[in-house]
Parts: sequence; structure tokens; C-alpha cells
Amino acid sequence: MAVTVYIPTPFRRMAGNQSYVRAEGENVGEVLDELGRNFPNLRDMIYDRDGSIPAHVNIYVNNQEIHSLQGKGTPVQDGDELAVIPAIAGGQTLTPEQVTRYSRHIIMPQVGPVGQRKLMGAKVLVVGAGGLGSPSALYLALAGVGTIGIVDFDVVDLSNLQRQVLHQNEDIGRPKTESARDTLLSYNPDINVVIHDTPLTSDNAMEIIPQYDIVVNGADNFTTRYMVNDAAYFAGKPLVDGSILLFDGQLTVYKPGQGCYRCLFPAPPPPGMVPSCAEAGVLGALTGVIGSLQAVEVLKLILDIGDSMTGRLLLYDALSGEFRTVKLRRDPNCPLCGDNPTITGLIDYEGFCGAPFPSHEVTA
Amino acid sequence: MAIQVRVTANFQKLIGGERSVQGEGKTLGELLDNLEQRFPGFKDNVMTDGQLQRFVNIYLNDEDIRFLEKLETPLNEGDVVSILPALAGG
Repeated sequence: MAVTVYIPTPFRRMAGNQSYVRAEGENVGEVLDELGRNFPNLRDMIYDRDGSIPAHVNIYVNNQEIHSLQGKGTPVQDGDELAVIPAIAGGQTLTPEQVTRYSRHIIMPQVGPVGQRKLMGAKVLVVGAGGLGSPSALYLALAGVGTIGIVDFDVVDLSNLQRQVLHQNEDIGRPKTESARDTLLSYNPDINVVIHDTPLTSDNAMEIIPQYDIVVNGADNFTTRYMVNDAAYFAGKPLVDGSILLFDGQLTVYKPGQGCYRCLFPAPPPPGMVPSCAEAGVLGALTGVIGSLQAVEVLKLILDIGDSMTGRLLLYDALSGEFRTVKLRRDPNCPLCGDNPTITGLIDYEGFCGAPFPSHEVTA
Repeated sequence: MAIQVRVTANFQKLIGGERSVQGEGKTLGELLDNLEQRFPGFKDNVMTDGQLQRFVNIYLNDEDIRFLEKLETPLNEGDVVSILPALAGG
């Protein structure tokens, strides 16, 4: 049987700098034997002196770890893909539990053990533990993002449970930050969750945001959206922005100097002009679509893979089922990031945007 | 010249309850006037003092009309114009 064997970066120089090599055998053991004959240095990495596979190396057949199959006796078919994944990356060790937990990441060449270490070393701030913050924080936690900060000042309300998957019935009345932390840690105890049980204001934004690498905007009001935008720009942090209403979602990524929320919408609407979700409603599952896309963009930024949504605004119309993308440009006349900025410090729009805070009545 | 105009769900009440309508006009300004004739009050939601509202963007196909010729932007048969207000929900 001829199979393909994926060789991850740490082993590649021992396999002629190839990402994939061909090998033959009836089962995993025979394939590894041939691999060892063809690449003697690699053999020393995948076999101990006694001929067994060391504990820090996992072997996968079509994405399944062989301990859950028949070990070295696992039969292989023509066209199967094997992967030899070490738990060593960047001088730091992934524990066997981490190798298994993140195996579907590690097995992908775009992530690998090095990428997984990047995720584990990353710090991401999620503003709002609501409709968007729930799915985005959840997928970041599952992905092993090492430090997740949650900013929210609200408590869980029964009406939140139609869409906010971080919170459950028994959490009603609890601070959203605490409920969010407990949920994230129950999914993945391997991460650190930092809670900021406060509204984001001009007093604290520049203390909180600089502690993180990337900011996710899941705010439910214009006041906080402009605050997050301005503070992320001043702190030089990428902002993964999403917003929703009724059946519509919007998503983009602002990198400092390449356009910001004020380039798109220079100023907030007057009170009452654009309703909040509490006033107009939102399809619950829509928050899952946009929040999950925000998590995807964060992971891409951390891993430095693919094309970020920077410079593009994604529009999702749930009713027509259509995704469209329009161009988003840096505005040279932007009051914040333009050529002659007029905004040089944080502005509290309290009571200005139709959704003053703190308010327990306007929650998305 | 028939131009397709699309709006978000929170603006559909402004164009008779539809998500998209056909409008007429050789320029964007003419198109907005055409919509105002058919849906009185429409323009007040996207413009103020003859300027576009700062929390509403209009796209001709995939380009923001602020980076084209704004209300003077010429339109062609088959163009799609999208009217997009800022959404605050999260």
C-alpha cells in the first residue's frame, strides 16, 4: 500500500526538507520502518532505542491518532495519509494531553506544533460576553488561545439565553464575566481567563486594551463601539469587529493605520435613528455566524496565515442567505486615523448614542 | 436605467417593506430622488442637509461612493447599489 506521510517542520530537515513523502507498507509499523530506512536521522526521532514510538511523538492515520486505532498494527490503505507529530515546538514542550486536545490543529501544516504554541501564547480581549462575544470567546478557548480577557458589566438575563451560548439557565442573575469564565474553563481548563467586570470607559480602556494582542468587538451599543475602536487604534492593536441586527451581520478587521471604524462610519447616529437588538430583535443563530467568523479572523491573525479581512467589509444577509464583500478604505479625512486627526484622546459618548451605559435594559 | 437597490433589514420599512427594489437614475443622486418620489421620507434617513448621513454608507457594487463621485457617481444598467447603516448589535 502506498501512503503519503506528512512531515512537520521540526522533522523536515531530516526528511530532505520535504513536507510530504511517499512510503509503502501494510500497516503503520511497516510504513514507519520504511521511513526510517529512507531517512536514518528521522528514524532516531520516531523510534526509541527499544524500537517503540516515544511518548512525545504521535502518529496519525487520516487524522486519527493510532493509539485509538490498532497502534503500529493499524492497517493502511492506498492513498491514506500518515502524520508524524512531535510534541516539541519552539523549545517548549506540548504535553501529551495538549497534543491530543489540539491534534486537529497540529496535524494541519498551516498550524502545526509551532502554530499551536503561538495560539497558546496569545492574549485576546473579547469586549462583551453577549451574542457575538459568546461564540468568539468559545472558539478561541477551544483553540487553546492562552489568555482570554472578557469585558462586560452586565448580568445574565433570561432574554440573553436565546443566543448567548456562554450562559445557561442557572447563570441568570450572575455577572456575565463570571458565567463566561466558568463556561470557557469547563470547555478548556488549559487556558487563562481574565475578567474585567466593568463598562469600557475612557478611564480604563487604555489600562485594559494594551494588555492584549488582539481585540474582538462584540459590544452592543455605539458608545462602546467607538470607545473600543479609538482605544485599539491608540494602543496599536488589531480590532476584529463584528456587528449584527435583525437578520444582518457585518464583519471586518481593522489594523492600525489601515482604516478604522471611523473611516467606515465617522460618527454615531443620533439617538433613536438605529435601533438596538433589544429594540429591534436579532436572529439568535446569526450571532453564531458572525461571532464564529470573528474567532476565525483572530486565529488567522495569531497564526499569520491566509488573507485577513482588513480592507474588506463582509455583509451577511441571513434572509437571502448571501455573503457579500465590499471594499473598506482608510479615509485620509478620518478624524482618528486620517492625515490630520482631530481625535487625540478617548471620548465618552455617554448618553449620546441612544444606548447610554451602564444600562441593564439595552443588552444585545 | 434600472438599478437594483438593496437595504439592510432595519431599513426595509423605508422602501415599502422589501429587501431590494429597482430604481431609476443616471447618477446616484437621481436614484435617491427617484426612491424619494416613490417612498416619501426615504431620503431623510440616508441624508441630512444635502449630505449623506455619517452613519450610513452607500456602495456602488463593492465600492464606497465616498471614494467615487459621491452623489454625482454615474450609474450603469445592472449596477447594484447597497445602502448600509451602522449596526450596533452584539
